[in-house]
Amino acid sequence: MKILIVDDFSTMRRIIKNLLRDLGFTNTAEADDGTSALPMLQSGNFDFLVTDWNMPGMSGIDLLRAVRADDRLKHLPVLMVTAEAKRDQIIEAAQAGVNGYVVKPFTAQALKEKIEKIFERVQAK
Amino acid sequence: MALSKDTGQATAQEFEHSLKDNARQLVDLLEQGQFGEAILVIHAINMARDRGLYHEVGQLTRALHNAIVNFQIDTTQALGDEAETTRISDASDRLDYVVTLTDKAANRTMDLVDASAPIVADLGQEAAALRADWDRLQRREMAAGEFRDLYKRMGDFLEKTEHSAAQVSGQLNDIVMAQDYQDLTGQVIKRVITLVHDVEESLLNLVRMAGQVDRLAGIEHQKPTPEAKKVSPKGEGPQIHADKREDVVSGQDEVDDLLSSLGF
Repeated sequence: MKILIVDDFSTMRRIIKNLLRDLGFTNTAEADDGTSALPMLQSGNFDFLVTDWNMPGMSGIDLLRAVRADDRLKHLPVLMVTAEAKRDQIIEAAQAGVNGYVVKPFTAQALKEKIEKIFERVQAK
Repeated sequence: MALSKDTGQATAQEFEHSLKDNARQLVDLLEQGQFGEAILVIHAINMARDRGLYHEVGQLTRALHNAIVNFQIDTTQALGDEAETTRISDASDRLDYVVTLTDKAANRTMDLVDASAPIVADLGQEAAALRADWDRLQRREMAAGEFRDLYKRMGDFLEKTEHSAAQVSGQLNDIVMAQDYQDLTGQVIKRVITLVHDVEESLLNLVRMAGQVDRLAGIEHQKPTPEAKKVSPKGEGPQIHADKREDVVSGQDEVDDLLSSLGF
């Protein structure tokens, strides 16, 4: 299981990376915004994407849309981990095809639950 | 700002008073057929209006100048001279410093946790292994040779625990020390908040003074039509007072409820 973590703050990437490691996912890579993440996704055989929303360059919502518009990536599970907390934004992310949405600040438990739920659903397909 | 709104209001009121007096005089003169005199009154009204207007524009200009000087906004660049530090760019630097400091503290804390975690995990594993053998000893399932080995391992473990406990305790202290950024960044942020308040107040004063000019000049502004709010693709960052707002979720539970209402 190869996971890409996209966030513009290195500390947040590190926190998510550590939490994923505790869950047993050690094969992770990092990108600091959508612009650098997209080419990595297109060439890197990733199985899962965890992305922030608010980033310089390409935002997380635009990255999500780009992923869903790409024939080879459109089934990639995407979890959004973001401080964006407006109802409109959550609805927008859902419409754009997000698989899970975690608002910051979050607990290790919340992240774990969402990731497990997404994997359950992916494996059920 | 030294130039208060009161002088501006006084000038405007003075003009309005003299306008009323002059108007009555003008009507009287016109009714009496003294057109030459009437023209002079009209001229006087114009003069008073212009005087008020010049006065207000002068005040506005001076206030604007003061605001620029107060915030040390860099005009030298626009004039082609050497650039100096301004209060605004100083504030940006200060906020950058906050970002650097919080980043360093977060990484330092995580480094220390990363260093402590394996020590604690190691102790736990060894304690579990020792306890299994200890249980066997209590059940008298242990041969004498094995016991001698356990005896030595127990001694080693106690020594190691003592050493590890000291190490982890030191690292916990360092984690506490890494939180000293809160004090420093708090001070910096408070200073920037003061600056933002000052800027806001000065801008409000300028708007008030410009309003006086508008009143004297008879300028009316069209109210901008409010644009329909759209979700910004860039995002808005963390929301404050989330618990008091309808359009914002206040935690993961509300996100989950919202998503499940959408069929997730």
